[in-house]
Amino acid sequence: MNHYRHYWVAFSTLLVKEIVRFSRIWVQTVLPSAISTILYFVIFGRLIGERIGPMGGFSYVDFIVPGLVLMGVITNAYSNVASSFYSSKFSRYVEELLIAPVPNWVILAGFVAGGVARGLAVGIVVTLVALGFTRIEIHSYGITMLVFVLTAVLFALGGFINAIYANSFDDISIVPTFVLTPLTYLGGVFYSIDLLPTLWQDLSLANPVLYMVNAFRFGLLGVSDIQVGVAFALILGFIVVLTFYSLHLLRRGIGIKT
Amino acid sequence: MSALAVRKLTKVYRNGHEALKGVDLTVEEGDFFALLGPNGAGKSTLIGIVASLVNKTGGKVRVFGHDLDREPESMKAYLGLVPQEFNFNLFLPVIEVVLNQAGYYGIPRREAGVRAEYYLRQLDLWERRGSQMRMLSGGLKRRLMIARALVHRPRLLILDEPTAGVDIEIRRSMWTFLRELNAGGTTIILTTHYLEEAESLCRNIAIINDGRIAEHVDMGVLLGRLETETLVLDLKARPAQLPRLDGFVLTRLDDRTLEVEVTKDSSINRLFEALSRNGIQVVSLRNKQNRLEQLFLALVENNKGGRDISP
Repeated sequence: MNHYRHYWVAFSTLLVKEIVRFSRIWVQTVLPSAISTILYFVIFGRLIGERIGPMGGFSYVDFIVPGLVLMGVITNAYSNVASSFYSSKFSRYVEELLIAPVPNWVILAGFVAGGVARGLAVGIVVTLVALGFTRIEIHSYGITMLVFVLTAVLFALGGFINAIYANSFDDISIVPTFVLTPLTYLGGVFYSIDLLPTLWQDLSLANPVLYMVNAFRFGLLGVSDIQVGVAFALILGFIVVLTFYSLHLLRRGIGIKT
Repeated sequence: MSALAVRKLTKVYRNGHEALKGVDLTVEEGDFFALLGPNGAGKSTLIGIVASLVNKTGGKVRVFGHDLDREPESMKAYLGLVPQEFNFNLFLPVIEVVLNQAGYYGIPRREAGVRAEYYLRQLDLWERRGSQMRMLSGGLKRRLMIARALVHRPRLLILDEPTAGVDIEIRRSMWTFLRELNAGGTTIILTTHYLEEAESLCRNIAIINDGRIAEHVDMGVLLGRLETETLVLDLKARPAQLPRLDGFVLTRLDDRTLEVEVTKDSSINRLFEALSRNGIQVVSLRNKQNRLEQLFLALVENNKGGRDISP
């Protein structure tokens, strides 16, 4: 059989398996993001937002839409791959893949695509929720989709590496709790860094999530605290590094082979 | 052609444990091969390396001429594995476990569906195709692992303790299925702790002990090395006195049971004639110990002391 056809069948099997998995448990995977987004819009958008006034030339509720959508994408792309791959290690059904003639890059691509699919699903749900609170006129569909997909890919890769090193289910919640959530909250989801003192502005520039949120905000609203080109370069750079690192871990069998 | 060729295979775990110490092993195409050894001898490590689940330290592995290091994908396409431990997603339905495995081997969904139905029917699992894995009994899970391992039609099937914890009825039906599979041309390597299973199914045997192949021989030749067999005779009535018979050692186990040690050169006919002459009627006869088990224990025991392996 043609190698590439074989790889495509293996990849699509993995992707469909992942989509079916998170769809079956949508109450645990998709619904929580929708509920927390409704709460953010009610509290920050309506109750507090109206007292905050405009930000970056937009009403506060409009300003936070891109960040909230991307927050859902980041956390879901990450946790989908982290929990799914770790479960396959824990219950040993990762062996189904390891004994099959599936190259490592196809295994990685399948899990990452699953994470992107869940990020996309949650992103759509959060956007639909947002439409209940405000009107969104998309500034650039191309940039919006590109940032959306690349960010999901990046954090899906992060989830994959987390799952490889994880030795317990606790280990896959440490990074989201202590790294991902703080970076996302401090990444300009709820504010423009122009509001911060210079020192904190400079420190914020070391937070990669800031670049993604701002690039996404540029795609949706046409405003950004940083240059969009720099954001793309950063995201792509991280994707390349994490991809090669993930493939290195798979080749060595770290965490999955003895 | 060799279905499996292993050369100078070594494995040293990170904790320094040397699980394999230069294993050489060849299994010919079409064989039904037993790989036996005591716990911790290196069987599962050897199988794990062949199946790409364990990284080797040194040596070569080839499956139908395809090298593990140079052509891993081609090699894997020839190989099917039924592992010792259950390795399923317990929340998936039976049919999806098989279909997903087919997908990993590049088998398109429609063809995978046909094959899944065939093997699930063969192993009496078709009616349970919609059940989640966690709802299946141990025996059904074992059979599903065989169906999953066969869906890509491997030419070499490795079964690591396939009947462990399975009741005798299912075990016998699995034996029949495996015999038919082997007759159809699939090379089978079997590890088992039921030595009766190995003796009944396999034509060739390797015994691994302490990381080395201690024996690699035709099953008939190995069994032919038995110098003595111990028979247990159930008697109709309590014998007044045990006769003295040249070439046999008789021991009374209880009122109606005798144990007789028979040397390889003795005739059992002579034994029965002598018993009849002494008015002792035998109701039934059985081996005290499975023949392969007797050899296996002697081999492992003698090997510890580095002596000859003849029992």
